[in-house]
Amino acid sequence: MGVGIERFGMKELVIISGKGGTGKTSILAAFAALAENKVLCDADVDAADLHLVMAPTVEEHHDFQSGHMAIIDQDKCTECDLCRNLCRWNAISEDYRVDPIQCEGCGVCVYFCPEEAIDFPLSTCGEWFISDTRFGPMVHARLGIAEENSGKLVTLVRQEAKKLAEKKAFDLILTDGPPGIGCPVIASIGGASAVLIVTEPTVSGKHDMVRVAQLAAHFKVPGMICVNKFDLNPEETQIIEDVARENDLVVLSRIPFDPIFTKAMVQGQTLFEYNTNSEAGNAVRKIWEELMVRMGS
Amino acid sequence: MIISIASGKGGTGKTMVATNLALSMDSDVQLLDCDVEEPNAHLFIHPALEGTEIITTPVPQVDEDKCTLCGKCGEICQFKAILVIGETVLTFHELCHSCGGCMAACPEEAITEIGRDLGIIERGHRNGLDFVHGRLRVGEAMSPPLIRKVRSHTRPDTLTIIDAPPGTSCPVIAAMQGADFVLLVTEPTPFGLYDLKLAVGAVKILGIPCGLLINRSDMGDDKVKEYAHENDLPILMEIPFDRRIAEAYSRGKALVEVMPEWKEKFFELYSRIEEMAMPTTPSPLTGEGRGGGGNRKIWHERTRDHKW
Repeated sequence: MGVGIERFGMKELVIISGKGGTGKTSILAAFAALAENKVLCDADVDAADLHLVMAPTVEEHHDFQSGHMAIIDQDKCTECDLCRNLCRWNAISEDYRVDPIQCEGCGVCVYFCPEEAIDFPLSTCGEWFISDTRFGPMVHARLGIAEENSGKLVTLVRQEAKKLAEKKAFDLILTDGPPGIGCPVIASIGGASAVLIVTEPTVSGKHDMVRVAQLAAHFKVPGMICVNKFDLNPEETQIIEDVARENDLVVLSRIPFDPIFTKAMVQGQTLFEYNTNSEAGNAVRKIWEELMVRMGS
Repeated sequence: MIISIASGKGGTGKTMVATNLALSMDSDVQLLDCDVEEPNAHLFIHPALEGTEIITTPVPQVDEDKCTLCGKCGEICQFKAILVIGETVLTFHELCHSCGGCMAACPEEAITEIGRDLGIIERGHRNGLDFVHGRLRVGEAMSPPLIRKVRSHTRPDTLTIIDAPPGTSCPVIAAMQGADFVLLVTEPTPFGLYDLKLAVGAVKILGIPCGLLINRSDMGDDKVKEYAHENDLPILMEIPFDRRIAEAYSRGKALVEVMPEWKEKFFELYSRIEEMAMPTTPSPLTGEGRGGGGNRKIWHERTRDHKW
């Protein structure tokens, strides 16, 4: 019975990695070609790449508004300096202008300004989309460059993916998560049915896999792993799989190093579209079958 | 001089470049691993670690005897980290951004600050290389304050190399801001190019000179080079795919140790960066007077009196 994932109702599989560049997005795109009746969700909102393979036709476009930004009205400002003393982000210059990059949107200056000289408008810090693709519907987003609130945008796209799946009576969501273990990753995995950690047989891959596995355990999300490019270092692959089992992860099949990952990406294709019978593609197909058993479909 | 190594896309080789660049310098050098979510540089530098410091961020603690449940703390808080419900005041420390607003707004002086663990900073060295990294606590969401703490260890008198996190949002900005030069490590693939464009956008917002390093330069297509050419972005180095490089990396071995001929190439890379960053002679006391280093003073101020 797999890893304790609920057998009925909607399921969401989130692909994460800890370390970047291990093949998350290429593998998710390949799964998209194998899965039926699912919604695709790109939760890597500050470097979203899934659309480069999926070539989505945008059907709905929405602005993402979150957080506020302080703006000082120079005509009302009496230069009393209170805002500069209170601001812990050093966001207000000596001539009383707010640096939008530094401003945290905490509103402390706005609250205390005796002249009510500080405006505090809502920021538009990204956009999100509902699209159609050759593999079904997809929810994705683009966080503005250098913006904050990535976690909130991740939460939003996951909620919209769930709504869309309910509307279409689909029971599976495939979510491409971001690298790391911080804010957007936490927002990506909370409440998911399971995470698949894609790692690589390097000292970094191992180190980062352990930390992201601890994060999944912290949020009580069942975890599975697969080692990509395993033949670059078979000994390290074995060590990683042993460490993964010690961390209560289910170990799935291995994927060999195969330039087809890059070649398919350059063509904007999934592994299977590029070559129906590659070694790497067959390994991914096997992992997909293992996943379906584990997730009780 | 501060060189920040960033990328947009993860896994393009930031850490490989940052560590090998640091190991190729003959003079004193400092390496700050600011990828605090997944710090890896130590796996290749193998520094002798000397000390660990627990890093906290201030969050509110309410003295219920003094609190009159007026609700001003909840009014000012933009992050829903403190609010009055019925006869009690609730705090949610994990949501707190440490702005100090609630403490300043409380008319009863009922709020003081305690620390929430962000993670740790470890320091070490290897020969003339001064090493610092941050490790975000697993479960902690906010990495920028820890990144800024790592950067507060910047020594104004040496070359500082920063290993930045992937992406283009606030953690990357925290790792690039105030640098004299940003080296963007990319790969010649559609994902690499798309994320590179975002990273270049972030560097431009900050107004820092930048250049590219193309890793696995013979895998993929020519579009990164076309983009670099069209946008006057200098390609400072190319590293072809080589299974020996990948295998050395997989075992935690630095490229310049396994294939010493690369040391000279990394030193050349540094020389080209130095020319492009054009630092003027620094004042040893203030660290001021260098090109592009205007924000450095702010970093030092931030560590004082508890500002970020």
